[in-house]
Amino acid sequence: MKGQTKLIIRRFSRHKMAVACLAVLAVLILLAVLAPWISPYSPTKPTGKFSQPPSAEHWLGTDKIGRDMLSRILYAMRVSLLVGFLATLISTAIGVILGLVSGYFGGPLDKAIMSFTDMVMSFPYILLVLVAAAIFQPGMESIILILGFVDWPGVTRLVRGNVLSLRETNFVKSDVTAGMPRRYILFSEILPNTVAPVLVYATSVFALSILDEAALSFLGMGVQPPTPSLGNLLNGAESLSVLTGKPWLWVPAGAVIILLVVCINFVGDALRDAFDPRNE
Amino acid sequence: MWKYALKKLLLALPVLLGITIIDYAIMSLAGSPLDMMVGPRVSEAALASRAAQWGLDQPIYVQYWNWLMELLRGNLGYSYKSYQPVADLIGSHLGPTLLLMGVSMVLGLLIAIPAGIYSAVHRYQKRDYAVVSASFLFSSVPGFFLSLILIYFFTVRLGWLPSSGMYTPGTGGDAMDVIRHLIMPSLVLAVGVAGGNIRYIRSAVLEILEMDYLRTARAKGMGQKIVIRKHALRNALLPIVTVIGMQIPTLFGGAVIVEQLFSWPGLGLVTMSAVMSRDYPVIMGVCLLSAVVVLAANLLTDLLYALVDPTIKY
Repeated sequence: MKGQTKLIIRRFSRHKMAVACLAVLAVLILLAVLAPWISPYSPTKPTGKFSQPPSAEHWLGTDKIGRDMLSRILYAMRVSLLVGFLATLISTAIGVILGLVSGYFGGPLDKAIMSFTDMVMSFPYILLVLVAAAIFQPGMESIILILGFVDWPGVTRLVRGNVLSLRETNFVKSDVTAGMPRRYILFSEILPNTVAPVLVYATSVFALSILDEAALSFLGMGVQPPTPSLGNLLNGAESLSVLTGKPWLWVPAGAVIILLVVCINFVGDALRDAFDPRNE
Repeated sequence: MWKYALKKLLLALPVLLGITIIDYAIMSLAGSPLDMMVGPRVSEAALASRAAQWGLDQPIYVQYWNWLMELLRGNLGYSYKSYQPVADLIGSHLGPTLLLMGVSMVLGLLIAIPAGIYSAVHRYQKRDYAVVSASFLFSSVPGFFLSLILIYFFTVRLGWLPSSGMYTPGTGGDAMDVIRHLIMPSLVLAVGVAGGNIRYIRSAVLEILEMDYLRTARAKGMGQKIVIRKHALRNALLPIVTVIGMQIPTLFGGAVIVEQLFSWPGLGLVTMSAVMSRDYPVIMGVCLLSAVVVLAANLLTDLLYALVDPTIKY
């Protein structure tokens, strides 16, 4: 096992871009986690200086009610990363369970799960999210739940396909012959062998969740102000005076989203490569 | 072939029915549209008569059943807000959305297909990495942020392109005017389409390039260019067909946000306002339409696949 981990790390580190991205991600996550301690001002309290351009005192300027933008972005990163992470966790958990059940047991249960998956998949995603966002009180918890409960069909399909092919392998067949309990086969034999593809897929879900949170919050249906999120920071840019005259209010937040998502995608891609046993 | 098509069609119907049931269930959870009318100047009696008129006093499954029966008679209902027939409302906004989606898809694929092939052919070279990195960047830029940047440069700074609507009010709206309004929103959507698909097409072409028949063709002494043009491209068409089918739900979703930003008078704008005001019949109409479009696209993809690939049994 140890040798295998080493192999994966070596394959991963061949991707220079991904290694750089991993470092950037680590820094960004660290900044987000440490936001309460390192941000120079409170993200919600006005400092008394309104709509100031970036200066030595306020590196990224202040907004129209005088809040320090750097502090707001640090806190927004925290919120956006948390939303993305938890949403991914929920959808991956749902997807893995449904996929395992569907693939292993087959029959009518499999049919039912898969047609439900097809239904959710052939729904324009954003429509589902918008309708759901209109139902629940917009806010952080509901956005996490909405994204979590909408994003799973891809994982389900992936896991199901994997289980179907694993079921035909000799080690699973011999388990069945030996009369091993189903629970053991599912969780100790099949699940560990689907971890790698699921992890890779989860990175892309993570990236998508961050984008979706940003889009929804931008539309005013996600995280609500005064809690900052990367999406709702951009909301103000819809007004022409902000768009043209105060780029410091919207450009940094957008840049952070792009940086986060690009880095997550690159890392995911390198992971896919590193986990692939055909690569050597 | 016809039997296969019919079978696929019959399989799609229960999925469609299921989607409408989910839609209705989610929507009724959203709360009553009557909540939106409540105010000091609206009497209880007026609310009750509205509820009776719209059938909202009945249990949800009865409401759904009525909706379904009306649908089978070809009636999508009336908007709660504008009292317009839903079919008319959708019909009058469908054109702009289809125009936007169609142009974006074509534009996106015009970027993605050559870039994907180029990248595959030059695998593991600097050029390949550049294309792949660009595709990651494309799929990582939030559509609304890209829209803001484009508006900033092309409308505010340069004043070249209009940033809202489909044609300049007051003018007749000739083709040139519509095109000028179309450039930015379709570019935003096209970047998204291209970003997702470059890598997909690249790996599809790579897979084909490793096939035995291509090795044979090369071994026969055919030039690399001819091999790619004559053998690889034709076979790469298959995955490309799939890509087009997969794009539709994503594009529709992207269109909702982009239409909102550019005030493009399409279905996305209608959808947003219907969601905001809980206009049930309109939401149901849009959901139904999009589900039909998605399922039709899936069906078409399956059929094209069967047509193009002789090894698929049906």
